[in-house]
Amino acid sequence: MTDAVVQPRLGAVGWVRYAWRQLTSMRTALFLLLLLAVAAVPGSTFPQRSIDAARTAQWITDHQTAGPLLDRLGFFEVYASPWFAAIYLLLFVSLIGCVVPRTRIHWHQMRTRPPRAPRRLERLAAHRETEVDGAPDEVLDRLRATLQRRRYRVHAHDDSTLSAEKGYLKESGNLVFHLALIGVLVGVAWGHLLGWKGDVILPVGQTFANTLIRYDTFSPGPWVDPTDLDPYTIRLDAMDVEFERDDTGRGQFGMPRDFRATTTFTDGDGRAQEREIAVNHPLETGHGTVFLLGNGYAPHVTVRDGDGTVVYTDATPFLPEDDNYTSVGAVKVPGTDPALGFAGFFLPTGVIDDERGPHSVFPDTVDPQLALTAFEGTLFPDGSPRSVYTLDTEEMTPLPGGDGADQLRILLRPGQTFELPGGRGSITFDGVERFAGLSIRTDPGKTLTLGSALLALGGLVLSLVVRRRRVFVRVRPADTAGRTVVSVGGLAKDDDEGMDDEIAAVLTADEGHR
Amino acid sequence: MTDTTLAQLSNLAVYSAMAVLTLAMTAYALYLARLAPARDATVEAPERELVAAGPGADTVGSDAGTPDAGTPQAPAPPRAPAREDEPVGARKAAGVGWTLTLLGTLLVVAGVALRAAEVHRWPLGNMYEFALVGSMFTLLAYVGWALRRDLRWLGLFVVGPVLLVLGAAITVWYTDASELMPSLRSVWLAIHVTVATMSVAVFTIGAALGGLYLVQQRMEGGGGPRSFMARLPEARALERLAYAAHVVAFPMWTFTVIAGAIWARQAWGSYWNWDPKEVWSFVIWVVYAAYLHARATTGWSRSNAVWIALGGFACIIVNFAVVNVYFVGQHSYSGL
Repeated sequence: MTDAVVQPRLGAVGWVRYAWRQLTSMRTALFLLLLLAVAAVPGSTFPQRSIDAARTAQWITDHQTAGPLLDRLGFFEVYASPWFAAIYLLLFVSLIGCVVPRTRIHWHQMRTRPPRAPRRLERLAAHRETEVDGAPDEVLDRLRATLQRRRYRVHAHDDSTLSAEKGYLKESGNLVFHLALIGVLVGVAWGHLLGWKGDVILPVGQTFANTLIRYDTFSPGPWVDPTDLDPYTIRLDAMDVEFERDDTGRGQFGMPRDFRATTTFTDGDGRAQEREIAVNHPLETGHGTVFLLGNGYAPHVTVRDGDGTVVYTDATPFLPEDDNYTSVGAVKVPGTDPALGFAGFFLPTGVIDDERGPHSVFPDTVDPQLALTAFEGTLFPDGSPRSVYTLDTEEMTPLPGGDGADQLRILLRPGQTFELPGGRGSITFDGVERFAGLSIRTDPGKTLTLGSALLALGGLVLSLVVRRRRVFVRVRPADTAGRTVVSVGGLAKDDDEGMDDEIAAVLTADEGHR
Repeated sequence: MTDTTLAQLSNLAVYSAMAVLTLAMTAYALYLARLAPARDATVEAPERELVAAGPGADTVGSDAGTPDAGTPQAPAPPRAPAREDEPVGARKAAGVGWTLTLLGTLLVVAGVALRAAEVHRWPLGNMYEFALVGSMFTLLAYVGWALRRDLRWLGLFVVGPVLLVLGAAITVWYTDASELMPSLRSVWLAIHVTVATMSVAVFTIGAALGGLYLVQQRMEGGGGPRSFMARLPEARALERLAYAAHVVAFPMWTFTVIAGAIWARQAWGSYWNWDPKEVWSFVIWVVYAAYLHARATTGWSRSNAVWIALGGFACIIVNFAVVNVYFVGQHSYSGL
């Protein structure tokens, strides 16, 4: 007895099996669920690169120590980070490891009969005994009918007992719920691999042709062939935007009220039709969906050189920076020598003060102004393309102001022209158009995701609402001839307040024979 | 009627509801206070106190007035007080509380209806309206459930929080009538936000029951000071009721998330953007899923599971009071 207990060695296979058991246990699943909840939170407290890259970069700059460290740990891309993926993948492995054996057992149970009645029914959680009229086999027949009416599956293992079970849908629903969650994950992954999105800024009157080069940004999934796009075109005929002009509601003045783009959609076969795109009313093209996600102003600018020849004339989109559409942008004129560049603000309702500089106080065009500074030099220093909305002034020099200021400041209202100093020509603000910010997206996984999610919901409801119950009946002849003692016991899967009532109800159905 | 009149009427209804609910809360508190075993009861029957200390057994003692009480073999009667053996004062207070709760509920419903008429749209467009409609659903859920079973003991713990939310709504979150921004103009507003609000209402009741369960369990275990808790349903029953509430609320929340995803795809082009509100809705879903999971896990105590559920409710509060106001995201509809 003094010898230490020698435990069997597990061995490699044993350890793997042990690890698998641990992973697929309910406790581990519970732990992973809670961990998943905790791990998702940083994505809401830190700016996320996928949502707002500029704000993320700003955050990292503002926090010299924490920023780069958190960046390395993936805190700005939480939902694409390895640790987040590790949690949900482990959770799904655990889920599969748990659900597959359960499915097998459930499948087996659904095809087998309810088990034999236990010998002592009074030991079950719910039990009642009573005496009724009729011979034992008559009573059994009546009770069998009652139980079947109550949708039990009934089987008699012998002449004096009945075994009944119902509520298989509880486990079925539970399994469907878990399996459908896998469907949701697969749908999300499918959409990520084969979906793409691209953004376009389209001024009124211009036409967008669905080819790669026409997109301002294009982010394809890893398995997407970006050269294989549907050959359709969209012309923006009108862009209607309404803003709140009533200042009674707190914080409501200037809020957007309606965006609506009227377009002419021409499909690959050349059939053209007028289609409207609005927020909440995207345009389905068949292989993608066009969403109206933004809008802004595209001031129409004409630049003439010293001889009066037009070297640039276009509606030039400026990107809105705040709720009042203070917009920034650039006009690049490569056709002059040296090239000219203008950068600055478009203000739909402009105010220029010393404190805030040029800014807009209302999003609609009450007093549109164009505030620009001018540069000359090389627009594209190393020949590489630059953002259309910013001017790279690295190899450019600012044009000096007329009154000795080091920088020329141009302020234009529609119809006004500014003569550039030194015979460089002129710039004219012809008028202002709106532009539509369109986002074109496909997600081939979304139907699977939605279908699975709804299936999961259905399964969930079944698993929470249906009760799994077993009822056993045993009869024996009573002391009085022609009477029978009925003993009914009930067993529920988990604690089930209603089991006693259920048994009472089964017996009450036989009440007329008491 | 002009919109200004409607606005005044709506606010009047809400203020009246708050006054009525304050009285209802007081009446319910009085009910519980009068239910509590009287202090001099110890003198009257010393053995009663002894029995009352043990879990489960105290029913025999406290029900000394009922005919069954003498038979020790009789199954323990349910501890939720039968109306007949309550002190008359307590019963009266509960009756007053119930009537006032009904009146308060009607006034909140009127407040919501008038607000809807005032803003000419579904009244779920900003934080004030979410809070108002949420209070309405919480009261309706309580009243509806209380019609089916005796829940007078729960009244204080439902009316109290509702009053708190209404107070915050009309002072801190109040927003004048306004139109919706374009992304909110959709039939999904009525579907997604209504179900979300209903779900939160039921979660609120579930959280109240869960909290009561945890207190009750501690009292049963440690035999703490005697209080009105001794006349509330026993811990097991409270836990079951809490579970029942969550079983209703959780599928509704699941639906909320799905409907929100469908709408997000229509309005923003992608069904899931990990916007802060979406993150927290997901967190809430996962935490409550963990609660249901924990409850079904053998070897996990029911009280630990209920703690998880209360954690889920804390997430709901964060999702409403913090995310709406302080986090940058697409769900910036607080109206503040």
